[in-house]
Amino acid sequence: MALKIGDYKTEVHNDWCPGCGDFGIVNAIQMALSEMQIPRHKAAIFSGIGCSGKTSHFINVYGVHTLHGRVLTFAQGAKLANPEMTIIAAGGDGDGLGIGAGHFVAAGRRNLDLTYIIFNNGVYGLTKGQASPTLRLGEKTKSLPSPNTNYNVNPIGLAIASGFTFVARGYAYDVRHLKDLIIAAVRHKGLAFLDVLQPCPTYNDINTRDWYSGMDRIDEAQKQHSRIYKLEDTGYDPTVHYDSEPELNEKLTQALIKSLEWDTKIPTGVFYKNEIISQYERRIMDKIPNYMENPPSAQVISANGKPTTDISKILDSMSV
Amino acid sequence: MLNQTDISWLIGGPQGSGVESGANIFSRACAAMGYEVFGKREFYSNIKGEHSYFVVRISSNAIHSNINDITMMAAFDAETVFRHTDGVIKNGAIIYDSDLVATKVDEVHTLDDFFKERLVKYLDSKNKPHTIQGILDIAQERGVNLFPISFRNVLSTMADEANNPRLKGMVRMFNVLGVAFSLGVFGMPPETLLSSIDVIFAKKKAIAELNKQAANYAYNYAAAKFPNFANHLKPIEKKSGNLLVQGYQGTALGKMACGCRFQPYYPITPASDESVYLESNEILEVKENRPGSTVVVQTEDEISAMGMTIGGALTGARSATCTSGPGFSLMAEALGWAGINEVPIVITLYQRSGPSTGLPTRHGQDDLMCTVYAGHGEFPKIVYASGDIEESFYDTGRCFNYADVYQVPVIHMMDKFLASSVVTCKRFDSDKITINRGKLLDKIEGEYKRFELVPDGISPRSKLGLENGIFWNTGDESDEYGHISEDPELRIKMMDKRFSKLDYALDTIPKEEQAVSFGVFDYCVISWGSAKGPILDAIDMLKKENINIGFIQIKLLHPFPTAYVKSLLKNAKTIIDIEANQTGQLGILLKQNLEQGPDYYILKYTGRAMTSTELYDSLKNILANKAEKRQVLTHGA
Repeated sequence: MALKIGDYKTEVHNDWCPGCGDFGIVNAIQMALSEMQIPRHKAAIFSGIGCSGKTSHFINVYGVHTLHGRVLTFAQGAKLANPEMTIIAAGGDGDGLGIGAGHFVAAGRRNLDLTYIIFNNGVYGLTKGQASPTLRLGEKTKSLPSPNTNYNVNPIGLAIASGFTFVARGYAYDVRHLKDLIIAAVRHKGLAFLDVLQPCPTYNDINTRDWYSGMDRIDEAQKQHSRIYKLEDTGYDPTVHYDSEPELNEKLTQALIKSLEWDTKIPTGVFYKNEIISQYERRIMDKIPNYMENPPSAQVISANGKPTTDISKILDSMSV
Repeated sequence: MLNQTDISWLIGGPQGSGVESGANIFSRACAAMGYEVFGKREFYSNIKGEHSYFVVRISSNAIHSNINDITMMAAFDAETVFRHTDGVIKNGAIIYDSDLVATKVDEVHTLDDFFKERLVKYLDSKNKPHTIQGILDIAQERGVNLFPISFRNVLSTMADEANNPRLKGMVRMFNVLGVAFSLGVFGMPPETLLSSIDVIFAKKKAIAELNKQAANYAYNYAAAKFPNFANHLKPIEKKSGNLLVQGYQGTALGKMACGCRFQPYYPITPASDESVYLESNEILEVKENRPGSTVVVQTEDEISAMGMTIGGALTGARSATCTSGPGFSLMAEALGWAGINEVPIVITLYQRSGPSTGLPTRHGQDDLMCTVYAGHGEFPKIVYASGDIEESFYDTGRCFNYADVYQVPVIHMMDKFLASSVVTCKRFDSDKITINRGKLLDKIEGEYKRFELVPDGISPRSKLGLENGIFWNTGDESDEYGHISEDPELRIKMMDKRFSKLDYALDTIPKEEQAVSFGVFDYCVISWGSAKGPILDAIDMLKKENINIGFIQIKLLHPFPTAYVKSLLKNAKTIIDIEANQTGQLGILLKQNLEQGPDYYILKYTGRAMTSTELYDSLKNILANKAEKRQVLTHGA
């Protein structure tokens, strides 16, 4: 029997603020799971700490709400031990690009086959609105005592530089487009990063829903000009098609240039996609040929309570 | 008087000069002749140049530690002579490079000022020049045999005779020359030397051949030149089924045998050797099945190692990490997460001397309190300590069972002393390991609640990927499904459920796994971890004088087996706490739990392992009623 969107919802009360962009992201994840018909027990949502950390409780698949900044470490551990699982990691911008930035970079280098979604709202919501790593220098969101003194991280650029092989951006209020991006990210063979612009209606009074939709940018004909546009509408080709340095460099460079666009033109869609770079799972298989069919979680380790691993050859080599 | 069956041999040299492989060749050769071997490496936090040395004790009897007295020293650099000559006993031997005799104290740049000052004062007090010759003269005057050999000349003559000019400049073989000279002076049959070189250089055939050629020549040279050393080593009857084990191999082989299949780790001394060894043996033979494997992942830091370990454990795979103090500190937050989420993981903790970076390549047992109280908040965990390398193999299996059965994180305490020891021990027997996965489910039907409130506190455990077994985890307090709840009444139920597992553990972990009694007498030692070896040997020395001292080794340190330890100590009148830290941490646990602290403390926190000699002396002081409440040990360079 086909799984419906409702099958991926839990009955847990959702206590996000009214109008929060997070609702759109959770809906998009549920829609994506349903569209891909992933059996509930074959999927796991890992989440960090903060408003976005609660995501795993709202989705009716395995849900692991981890520690602040550490979501990728837990998620990668599970994926390595059971590569059959479809794993989506979710967390905030402070979580993933502040306290967790080291893990972000290291995960990129590994390129395991999982998806990481950052709920990017420029603030630390749950601790009452401090500046997050993506807030621009000099901006003063409403609960900051003074303007932000740090330069912002460029999440798309950092992901590309770190080795993520699928890098995309979505918008929390464009749920269908976001759903399509999540599906593309999950289906991508390798580590996918999704930067989701997610207005925080309570603490970020700069990058609001109205700001993204360009309410302040009305031309003489009273036409509103949304800041957000889709890369795919411009004929942009994010994919590295063949294994050559010029091709790779061209695709990396165009993605980096696109990642710098902000303010009046904010690209969404897929910036970069490269399935030529080997997945980490493949690199393990180079050393352990039967890793995928016999990963750690599947291995038989005992019979009748006794070990079945035979270490006698190793012991022989140590005998005197 | 030299005891033919109990000999300590020291080799020293700059880091990177092959001191360790030299010692391994020597150890293997002696073990192959039937001797029990106990070797230990000391080194600086440095890659090349600083002083490192290895003391190998060999005996025809079982031994568990080093002693102070060095029977023979092989020195191919000046620093070794300056640092260790004083440890060589009367009638002992020093084989040294005669080209170095004029070397002055000031010319050895790796000697630190503290040591230099003590050395110069010492030489002045004996009216000797500040040279190698000066320090050797003092040794000779007290009856040490000096065996000068020009290492370079030997290489050069050998090169001429073999018509192989390449040999001339092979100073990299000084280590092997030192070993071969030693065995020549000991008059030991050369065959075991040559076969040991084959084993140690098994992966480098050409190097093995070159070294064998040099070793053979050097052996004959020394045997012919110095035939009269009183202390000749003869092959003795060999016990069958002995292994020569490097310290970190015990836990690594234990992990392979008991089914640990996932080990993320971050490099740190002295723990990473275990992970590297696991990775070197990552493909495993499995009886009547396809090959298995251990997936070993080098992570970006210990926080990640811990997060990954937990992630792996959630899939049902036995998962572990291995670290040392600084890394363990970083893991503390996630340890609490594993505690509140009841995730079975094992953290193998090779302690070294802290705090902070401390003495990063030296020994210490100063993390006991840190592990018992690791992590903020209150959550159950098990802390278990192995006393020697043989134990560590079987204890690894136990730790995984504790983790699975009680669904708690288990910290398996090891240390640098164990990690950098090389010992002979009985062949590990996998059949003595039992694998108990506790309430891990393979199949689930009907409604499932991961944290169901059940009478014994241990809820049946699902794993990621299992049909009908969906659960939620959170570092927040949660309900039975694992969803966040801040309800005050539920909080009490969940806290009490988790903590009830510790009582259950104390009730169900067999007593002999909790603590081991080596006899209880009026004077009774209590200790934990690697202090066991020197304690056993010291007690043995006293026994030979008809003095009986008891010894209780506590292995389960948290939850503390109060009732059992109390019953063991019932007939002890004087309790002596021996451990390698400054504050007597086991003593603190004893006071907390037994309301009775130790009467005496013997502590060592120089970063060097205890020797049985110094424990023997300290225990004698106590017996003679001449000891302070707290004695501090100092032996070792």
